[in-house]
Amino acid sequence: MQNPMIYLDHAATTPTDPRVVEAMMPYFTQVYGNASSAHQFGRDAESAIEDARARVARVLNCTPNEVVFTSGGSEGDNLAVRGAAWGAKHSSKGNHLITTPIEHSAVVKTLQQLAETQGFTASLLPVDSCGMVNPNDLETIITEQTSLVSVMYANNEVGSVEPIAELAAVAHAHGAIFHTDAVQAAGQLPLDVQALGVDMLSLSAHKFYGPKGVGALYIRNGVELLSSQTGGSHENGRRAGTHNTPFIVGMAKALELAYDEYDARISHYRQLRDQLIDGITARVPDVIPTGHAEKRLPSHASFIFTGVDANTLIIHLDLKGVAASSASACKVGNSEPSSVLLALGYSRDLALGSLRLTVGQQTTEADIDYAVDAIAQSVEKVRKIGAFR
Amino acid sequence: MQNHKDITVVVAMSGGVDSSVAAALLVEQGYRVIGMMMRLWSEESFDDKQHNRCCTPEQMNDAQMIAKRLGIPFYVLDTKATFRNTVVQYFIDQHADGLTPNPCIECNRQIRFSFLQQNALALDADYLATGHYARITQADNGRYQLRMGVDPLKDQSYVLSVMGQEQLAHALFPLGGYEKVEIRKIAHDIGLTVHDKKDSQDLCFLGDGDYRRFLRDHAPSLIQPGEIRLASGESLGQHEGLVNYTIGQRRGIGVAHATPLYVIGKDAAQNALIVGEESELGQASLTAKRVNWVSGETPSAPFEAQVKIRYKAKPVPGIVTPLDDGRIHIAFEGVLRDITPGQGAILYQGDLCLGGGLIEADQ
Repeated sequence: MQNPMIYLDHAATTPTDPRVVEAMMPYFTQVYGNASSAHQFGRDAESAIEDARARVARVLNCTPNEVVFTSGGSEGDNLAVRGAAWGAKHSSKGNHLITTPIEHSAVVKTLQQLAETQGFTASLLPVDSCGMVNPNDLETIITEQTSLVSVMYANNEVGSVEPIAELAAVAHAHGAIFHTDAVQAAGQLPLDVQALGVDMLSLSAHKFYGPKGVGALYIRNGVELLSSQTGGSHENGRRAGTHNTPFIVGMAKALELAYDEYDARISHYRQLRDQLIDGITARVPDVIPTGHAEKRLPSHASFIFTGVDANTLIIHLDLKGVAASSASACKVGNSEPSSVLLALGYSRDLALGSLRLTVGQQTTEADIDYAVDAIAQSVEKVRKIGAFR
Repeated sequence: MQNHKDITVVVAMSGGVDSSVAAALLVEQGYRVIGMMMRLWSEESFDDKQHNRCCTPEQMNDAQMIAKRLGIPFYVLDTKATFRNTVVQYFIDQHADGLTPNPCIECNRQIRFSFLQQNALALDADYLATGHYARITQADNGRYQLRMGVDPLKDQSYVLSVMGQEQLAHALFPLGGYEKVEIRKIAHDIGLTVHDKKDSQDLCFLGDGDYRRFLRDHAPSLIQPGEIRLASGESLGQHEGLVNYTIGQRRGIGVAHATPLYVIGKDAAQNALIVGEESELGQASLTAKRVNWVSGETPSAPFEAQVKIRYKAKPVPGIVTPLDDGRIHIAFEGVLRDITPGQGAILYQGDLCLGGGLIEADQ
């Protein structure tokens, strides 16, 4: 028997949209100039990049010079956090940084490094059991020494959507810069930086049907930032390195498509996500949906199955043709409970039983039916052997 | 007989020669094969030498590359906590009790043909295959039989003697009919780069291959000085911790005596090292507990069998008497010098492994 191949891990990455690939193609073999060169070849590449920048800026509702192209989400987060922290320190504006315990490691580890080795101090905002940050807590923790607050727009593991506009307002009232990691949110939530009130926002193209290895960081004009990758004067001296023309073009195309087709995509995601959550909570006993019931990403369903080793569950699902992920499952058999789930207050044992399923444009109702069956059967089997742990 | 392609086999892979060839043979025989590696607990390595410790990143990489070459899915099961809490703890506890355990027996009993086999069956696999040198046959009455591997130097039926009918019904040992040299040749012929790897050692969880150092770190009672005495109770001096002595040892006991002295026993409860003359060494009989009968049936009367009292020991004849409480008593024709409490006393008739138990300390 041949298993189907059902991909329910779109939060990890998405396939590149063929229309995006098509838009990228001329920039490998025809318009291949270095955008920094003065000749016609260079100018052609440069105008493609500036065109892409303008398109990204239109979606973000900012000016093109506020968009810096990067290699992806991790670089954007690093540049934002490290750059703004050092920028503020450079102009003697305080060295206190605030973030949450549920950030992506690109933010967490950067803050850790700044605090442990470079003379900064860092504080963590509390999160509730749904993974939500409360702006009142920021009001309590923030000081006049706080130079940067970084809170993710939506969480990758439990899908909860944070009150970014309120948090940004609190940060600004105390003179701090506000950054949000919008890597999971892009393509699924509004990205209007004026409405959000953020000073910096990072994106990664492969999460919204663009290519891997390219991203963007929005930096509001006036934010002082020390570049972390120094070299040539690319991107106004904020990010050195030859422009990756085809990928930058591809990202702009993917972002545009995501917001041109926004309503249709979101309702498709929502419908399948709800089918998935309803199916699993109806079919599987002792399941805990994680994250916030309403304030969550449209594509994102996440659960804890009590008494289940998620690492084993992922194997069962893979052999049935369902690609899912768990924060604790690891290819080298080193299952550690997810720090995000621990921060939400789940026990170590529960945290080891987490499963994340994220739907995409190509996911069908039949896929969800099959996946719910597969999950119900697999959970039952894994629970039977769970007694060994 | 079903077509092989409708039979799913989970093969336990370690990245070593034997399990890699086992996987390759199964693929060649047309089974639907799934590679699985148990990530077991082991100490961090203390030096650059690899000592064939299990589950290093290199071993995992090797296993994964081989699975990729064979075109089979490959997964790693986190077995660290289970293994640490059962096999490794058992190793420590037994030594602390003055016994010398065989952790491979315990691993096969509590991990491989329990945890791993259950995982395999839960994945709808029909069999769990391993790279052990042993064979499984079926008697006329349908019962499964465990037999020695054909390579007398590599036979591993000793450590598999804990298997029962349920386990054997769902186990495959693809290497049982081969000699090790043939396996290395197959590995070489099919281009497995692991063909010249060293054989793995029994104590796969040690960081440096030194089990005494490991016990000194994990079983503090074993490094407490205590009394050296004769079987009569006469005290001869102090020992430096029971971990430093093995039964039958003559050198390094460190007490002066008219005749040469040998370690003849350990009294863990009193932390005493029992020494005696050569004539006191050895026993003509033993009792064993935690007995497994491969057939699933306890024999009703005494019978004659060949007995292996260690993994690498030569089988010796003995009369096996099943006792009412489930233990067995074995009487040998003469005195055996190296009967070691904690080791398996495993019973054979020809190449047929009947089962066995764990040797008890002297009463």
